[in-house]
Order: sequence, then C-alpha cells, then structure tokens
Amino acid sequence: MVSQARYDEGEVAEIIADHAGLEGPMLPILHGIQERYGHVPEAAVRQIAAALNLTRAEVYGVVTFYHDFHKEPRGRHVLKVCRAEACQAAGSDAIADSIERALGVKFGETTEDGQVTLEAVYCLGLCATAPSAMLDRRIVGRMNDAKIGALLEEARL
Amino acid sequence: MTKLYIPLDSFAVACGADTIAEEFSRLNTDRRLSLEIVRNGSRGMAWLEPMIEVETPDGRIAYGPIEPGEAEALVDAGILSGAGHPKRIGKVEEHPFFQAQTRHTFKRCGIIDPLSLDDYRAHGGLKGLERAIGIGAEAIVAEVTQSGLRGRGGAGFPTGIKWKTVAEAKGARKYIVANADEGDSGTFADRMIMEGDPFCLIEGMAIAGVATGATKGYIYLRSEYPVAIDVMREAIGRAHKDGVLGASVMGSSHVFDIEVRVGAGAYVCGEETSLLDSLEGKRGQVRFKPPLPAIQGLFGMPTVINNVISLASTPEILAAGAEGYKELGMGRSRGTIPIQLGGNVKHGGLFEVPFGMTLGEIVNEVAGGTTSGRPVRAVQVGGPLGAYFPVSLFDTPFDYEAFAARDGLIGHAGIVIFDDTVDMLGQARFAFEFCAIESCGKCTPCRVGAVRGYETVKKIIDGERPAENLALVEDLCNTMKFGSLCALGGFTPYPVMSAIRHFPEDFHGTPMRVAAE
Repeated sequence: MVSQARYDEGEVAEIIADHAGLEGPMLPILHGIQERYGHVPEAAVRQIAAALNLTRAEVYGVVTFYHDFHKEPRGRHVLKVCRAEACQAAGSDAIADSIERALGVKFGETTEDGQVTLEAVYCLGLCATAPSAMLDRRIVGRMNDAKIGALLEEARL
Repeated sequence: MTKLYIPLDSFAVACGADTIAEEFSRLNTDRRLSLEIVRNGSRGMAWLEPMIEVETPDGRIAYGPIEPGEAEALVDAGILSGAGHPKRIGKVEEHPFFQAQTRHTFKRCGIIDPLSLDDYRAHGGLKGLERAIGIGAEAIVAEVTQSGLRGRGGAGFPTGIKWKTVAEAKGARKYIVANADEGDSGTFADRMIMEGDPFCLIEGMAIAGVATGATKGYIYLRSEYPVAIDVMREAIGRAHKDGVLGASVMGSSHVFDIEVRVGAGAYVCGEETSLLDSLEGKRGQVRFKPPLPAIQGLFGMPTVINNVISLASTPEILAAGAEGYKELGMGRSRGTIPIQLGGNVKHGGLFEVPFGMTLGEIVNEVAGGTTSGRPVRAVQVGGPLGAYFPVSLFDTPFDYEAFAARDGLIGHAGIVIFDDTVDMLGQARFAFEFCAIESCGKCTPCRVGAVRGYETVKKIIDGERPAENLALVEDLCNTMKFGSLCALGGFTPYPVMSAIRHFPEDFHGTPMRVAAE
C-alpha cells in the first residue's frame, strides 16, 4: 500500500531533521518523503532546498533523475513488472500484455479509480524464477495467469 | 528439537516461502512438533525453491519446490524425519548441481542462519578479519594482490592494486563503498550473498578498511532488493553490538562502521562514479576520470569502490591464504566465479566454479538447457550490456580475456538463456531502448545515440530501407562504443552488434531466416 498522507510542513521538517546529520542526506530524505506521501510534493522540494542550502533546481534535478521519486501522487498500489532480458526470455512480454489489458492502463499509468499504478522495472534479481513482479514491497516470482489474477485482485483491494 | 530450514532468500520468498514458514510455525504450535525454524539463505538451486531442509541424524534432507498450502501434508508424510516423498531431494551436498561446484565465496550461503554471528563464527567466519588485523595493512594488500582477485562487478580490475592506491593516498577520511547496485538482468549473486551470508560482506569491507585506513563503509543497495536491505541492516546492527564493527573492530585499534544506503531505481548508478555522486545526494551522473575514485572518490576523499562479490571474496582469501585461491582458474582470471543462470533455463540458479568452464558446458550440462524444452538459440552473458552468443561460440571458456577476444564480456557473470523463439532484431531494439531509458544524459553518444539507435532499429523492423538503416546502426554503434563516457553507452553496442553479427538472418526479414534454416 502506498501512503496517501496529505503534505504536512511540520512533518516534512521532521523527516529532513531525522536525516540531516548524515553524510549526503538527500536520497534518504527523498525516500522518507516519497514513502510518507507517495510522491515528493513541490512544497517539500522548497523545504529540502532551504534546509540543505541548495537551489530548488538542484533538488528538482535529483527528484526527476531517479525512477523511484515522483512529482505527482500515484495509485494506492504500485505494481512493477520486470521487463528485462531474463524475464523476456521466460515470457514476460505476454505477462505484461495481459496485465495491461486486465487493468486497462499502459505502463506508467494509473487506473482511473486511483487504485493501481503499473510500472516497468528492470530486474528484480529473480532471474532464475522468472517472470517476476513486485506489488508495493512484495516480490512475486514464476508469474503465470493464476498469479496475475491473484495479484490484481489484491491490488484492487 | 528438529531444525527446519526455510529460506528467506528472495527466490524462495517470491515463490511463497514466508507463507510456508508461517504454516510450519502454526503446525509447530498446534501439534507441538518441537521445531526450530531457521530462515536461511538459498543454496543456489533456484528451480527447487522454495527448498526446505530438515536436520536428521543422517544430515540435512532437502525437499522442494514447496508450495504454500503443502505444509500439513508434508508433516503427515513424515518429512520431519527425512521420509520419502515425491519432492524429496536428499542431501544438497550430494546433488550433482552442488557437487560440481567449488564453493569459496558462497561456502556458507544457505547453510547457516544468515543473522547468527555464532553460526558465522562456527563456519569459519571472522578468521580472515582476525588474521588481517594481525598482519597489518601492507601484508593484507599484498595477500589480496597475490590472490589475483579481479573486480567481480565486470571491469575485472585487480582488487589489490585498487586497495594499494587508496592505502597510499592521503586524505582526512577514507571510505569503503560496496557497489550493491546489481542492476544487470540475469545477475543475483550480490543479492544472494547479502541475504544468505551478510556478515561475509561486512567482514570483507572491514578487511578493506583495515588495509587502507578507511573508517567508514557504505553499501549502496538497490531499492529493488527489499529483502537484502532488511537482512543487511539487521546484520550490521548485530555486528555493531558484537564489536565486529565500531570504535574498536574486534578489540583492535581500528575504527570501522557501515551504513546501508538505498538506491532509487537508476541503473546507471551501478557505474562507480555515478554511484558516488548518488551517495553524495546528487543526480547519478557519471564523472570524468581522472581523478580516480581511489584518489578522489566519495566527498573528494580516497575511496575503495568494489563490487559486493569482490569484497565478499576477501575474507576467505585472508583466512586460507592467497595461494589456494590463485591456484584456481585459468590465464589471468584467478579463483572462482559465481555464475548466475537465468531466463529460459531448466536448472537456474547460482553455480560457483573456478574460471575456465566452457560456455557450452555451463549452458547445456549445468543449466540443462531451456525450461521450455526448445533448443537454445542465444545466450546473453554479462547483463544488458553483454554480447549475445550463438551456439557456435559455445566453446568459449569462461574467462575475462577469452570473452573479450570474441567481442563479448563476462561482466558480473550472469547468463540469460533464450530458446529458438527469440527475435534477435527485437533484442537489439531493446538494448537501445534500455540504454535510452537509463542513460544519465551526460555524454551525447549515449544520450542521443540510444534514442536514434532505437528509432533506426524500429525502421528495420518496419521494413524501411533495411540495408541502409542496418549500416547506419553499425556506424552508430562505433560512435557509441568509442565516444561514450562510461560502459552504459560504450557497451550497448555489444548486444546490438553481436545480434547483428551472429544472427544476421533476423535482420533481413523473416523469409531469410526460414531459408537459412
């Protein structure tokens, strides 16, 4: 489940303060914010910039560089399907197609009800139990039609 | 008390091991079975995962692959005393896949409780660090250099020389960085060792610290590995509590601490200099070299940045001496290499052997060919930037130089097997597409070349002036290979050119391929 908490200035300040003592605190802070709000709100970017003595452009540059950080809120669940070579060899393209059809969205999109965001991922390190996927933080190997059904049912809850 | 091993390794967890462990745990309470459930790492036989093992007077008896919902029937069938069952594998050590290996770096993986320091010590753990502290920095570097160990991340640079450079460099602080951003498709050795024997990586990093005078270590671990992140963090906490890490490493005058830093889904951060920028909190863009990270690395300080397996290989080298390690292997590739078998593979998993086996032996004999039962057509060695090898090159021995001589690379030693349904033109397009998605954007050949390559291969697929466009792709590959700043743009030509060279029938339309057959 992706947290859908509303942005809270005081809370963001706390997340920043929790990590400010680290060497290179930017990624740990962004992970903290992404985890809490399901995205990195624009207001949080301003706060991070002020706290770390950086320009907003620098923080924005980092947020947009990494696939894990998002500027906009996404679905309540994120389903990542591996599209890399080992999974391709094991038939992941067909798996990906049927998931797209079942959810009615393309990769990178969120279902209309805001329930599921479908994303491609390039390797989950499960190449010997391919094809694989990850629902939120839970990994799934040996994907087949039955497992797709169960995963989607779970994602729609 | 009967010990029951249920792996916590991602292979097993992805196929229901957590549920299986819960089921056994419930049965344990309900039926007073007096079970001690140990969550171990994987033995590497992934096609048999989740593979559980029962400790019996005759040794550890394995069963697999177990599925959720089976626990009760298994207990009723008497597996807790090692009884016969269709899923009984017997002793892992006697399994042909296991017997053919030389387990050096992975010798404890799957055997011990990964989070028990007592278990780690009982299986030879910390002997390397203990000896390292005893012999001192110069002797450690000499030992690692003598072992012939080369960087297992793919570049194959001698580890000892890297350590020597950092040891001699001057800096207010020095760092050890473990590159655990194992993004190559088809590779999972770093993940397996971090989940199955995390203290081995901790010990290797501490040895590197003692050897170079570094006091702080970072493990840059990709976010796609949730299990490894949890196990690694827990292990570091325990090592700290036990005095293996901290202000006095194992009671010595050395200071060393380790922190896990989670990546954020950028493949390019597996490149060492972009990893360092990412650790510093910047966009993960590749740096120009020189200066080398060994001289000016993390926060401008001398830094050892090694792959997880390179670091995890050093405790055993220090404990048993360089000679034993050096004796294994072929040519300039010394020691063992954990080969990872994935994709459309019958017996997928991790297979650690000395360098030198031929690709054919590995694919046909060890891996047993494809799971689909169809003939093997191509194997990609070394991840998304590695070359595709056809069956006609299966006599290539697994060795850095032998692969380079055939315009390939062993990379992080992942082998992805494809059957005869693979479309190599599609694979060439994917190589460019992947490079376009993951390019850090710093250099033009990679940033623009990948996009143009993708578009041009797409034109060939659509039948638009195929011969002309193919020539254009080859020319573009030449530019990317020699003009890119790092291996992402520089090596994307390997999968593309190998596909074109070894599977020309796929690049001239379907009729020619049929004719060729």
